[in-house]
Amino acid sequence: MLLKRLSEACGGPGKESVVRDLIKQEITEQNLADEIICDAIGNLIVKKDGTKSDGPKVMLAAHMDEVALMISNVEKNGLLKFKPVGGIDLRILVGKSVYVGANKVSGVIGAKPIHMQRPEERNTPLGLNELYIDLGVRSQEEAERLVKVGDYAYFTTSFSEFGDNLYKGKAFDDRVGCAVLMEVLKERYEFPLYVAFTVQEEIGLRGSTVAGYTVEPDLALVIEGTAANDIPDSKEHQQSTNLGKGPALTMMDRSVIPNPRLVSEILKVADEHKIPVQIRRGTQGGTDAGKIQGTKGGVPVAVISVPCRYIHGPVSVMNKNDYNNTIELVKNFLKTLEQRGGVL
Amino acid sequence: MKEIIKQLVEAYGPSGYEGQVTDIITELVKDYVDELTTDVLGNLIAVKKGTSGKKVMFSAHTDEIGFVITHIDDKGFLRFSNVGGLNILTLVGGRVRFANGTIGVIGKEKGDLKELDLDKLFIDIGAKNREDALEKVKVGDFAIAHREYNDLGNRIVSKAMDDRIGCVVLIEALKKISKPVHDLYFVFSSQEEVGLRGARTSSYAIDPDLGIAVDVTPTGDTPEAPRSEVALGNGAAIKVMDTSVIAHPKVKALLTRLAEAKGIKYQYEVLTRGGTDAGAIHLTKEGVPSGCISIPVRHVHTPSEMIDLDDVQACVDLVVAVAEDALADF
Repeated sequence: MLLKRLSEACGGPGKESVVRDLIKQEITEQNLADEIICDAIGNLIVKKDGTKSDGPKVMLAAHMDEVALMISNVEKNGLLKFKPVGGIDLRILVGKSVYVGANKVSGVIGAKPIHMQRPEERNTPLGLNELYIDLGVRSQEEAERLVKVGDYAYFTTSFSEFGDNLYKGKAFDDRVGCAVLMEVLKERYEFPLYVAFTVQEEIGLRGSTVAGYTVEPDLALVIEGTAANDIPDSKEHQQSTNLGKGPALTMMDRSVIPNPRLVSEILKVADEHKIPVQIRRGTQGGTDAGKIQGTKGGVPVAVISVPCRYIHGPVSVMNKNDYNNTIELVKNFLKTLEQRGGVL
Repeated sequence: MKEIIKQLVEAYGPSGYEGQVTDIITELVKDYVDELTTDVLGNLIAVKKGTSGKKVMFSAHTDEIGFVITHIDDKGFLRFSNVGGLNILTLVGGRVRFANGTIGVIGKEKGDLKELDLDKLFIDIGAKNREDALEKVKVGDFAIAHREYNDLGNRIVSKAMDDRIGCVVLIEALKKISKPVHDLYFVFSSQEEVGLRGARTSSYAIDPDLGIAVDVTPTGDTPEAPRSEVALGNGAAIKVMDTSVIAHPKVKALLTRLAEAKGIKYQYEVLTRGGTDAGAIHLTKEGVPSGCISIPVRHVHTPSEMIDLDDVQACVDLVVAVAEDALADF
């Protein structure tokens, strides 16, 4: 299953090559594109020609990078110090297994065991100064034979189905978006489709800043994995999105106010095709849509997200129906756009 | 001028939903301009054609700070997030207005004032329950502060002076310019309050030789105010810098020279917190020499922003002076 392979692939910001190669190989094998470009910053831009010679340029985007830990120092004793790249809650790190670097060297994020901690230490979460990655080696030299400063460490989570119609795995933000776009690419439309798999979203929407200029779209949809906070200690209005209630549409976040016309058209398509949708509550976070909207003279954009619990952590959880409904919503929107001759 | 100010400040136009404001401006300026267009982001661009081949862009933003509804509970109370920089101290007990005219009151949960944040506030539109609320408002709807316009004589207080008063300055200026030397682009820009977004794309499309934002600036003339030399009634404020832009020395010099020559009352503005459209314009393509003419406003980002009509007139005169200058340095 492609979603599984995408979730288990490792690609921190700026080092997305494993994910990019996987996507590229899949597109080539299944003959899903007419042109594939990899630009200087690492975005993979896939063009699928339209059946008609003209029509609007429609851009779909999802980011390939995931939050990760960058090795910042190899200590004398062979332990690795690291820094989070992208938003990671340090409290979730202790005791996790990680893979370090391109060769996926196994490591463990260690800390002083509870027996040895002073009472006051037990009351404070561990910071970057206390945490380290243990590769099971005895010296700096041994460690440096296996990994380098600048390598990324990733959670070792395997993807699987579980519970009531759910998936769990790492990096759903935004491999789920990549997986949705791969499904959408299987169909051909009247207008040319540009699917951008972007880089470095997690550290400031950097790939999409460039990709928007390369494509110069007439319209763009960004597909994301967004936080679902439907857990016991949050009040209803703090939940952002709920699992199982369908793809989430953004009305505003820190990076973008999506085009109101485009959003209402997408809601109409959902209604016509009886696809459940929800409006994302809260305005936290940003997406590639912010940068794409600001390209040149401006681009109408919207954001459709698959709700995911526990994102930016070692294991996130999403609902199968939400995933499938997101694919259906995007496809049906594109078909509606086609029926209207590409006019919004 | 008071009539236009009242009409514009009372209009509904949170970031991203500036249509009512641009409709009003369209009516006000259509007989004075050569071209009038609206772009994808909601910018209204009014053009007066000149002969010099130079392009000058003036920008005043149409959007105002506001609220976006994030949740409606079973009892019909609304939760919200901010659109732009809301001052939480000014919210409780205030009222909001939606595009369809629905009015709501901002209430707060119990708890220590020091821990007050937006998550503990809600909007009450007088609904009996969720269904009743949904008749009027949906999640994702935007609202603005609802507060009346008051004429205090030579000073006026209202919501949304930031930056409808800048729009008024541009409207009054473009009415006065009969024989434009340069191609003048009057941009009534969108989404300034959420990150100078409209100015960014309109400036790219126009590709100007000179960019001037016309926006408000806070004053330092109230009791124990944060330090600023800008005072209400002391004239047009020529921006030196803020957190989005350092005014190009040529632009600062141009505005100063014109103010001196025409006897326009002016003051310099150094703003240590805040930005304006010039921040986006000056970074367009290979860069655009840019600056800002600011209208002093007291109580910025509250529903009671106060202006002085003499300052507004000084800003109008300065915009006209720029438009009619030969602009030899640009």
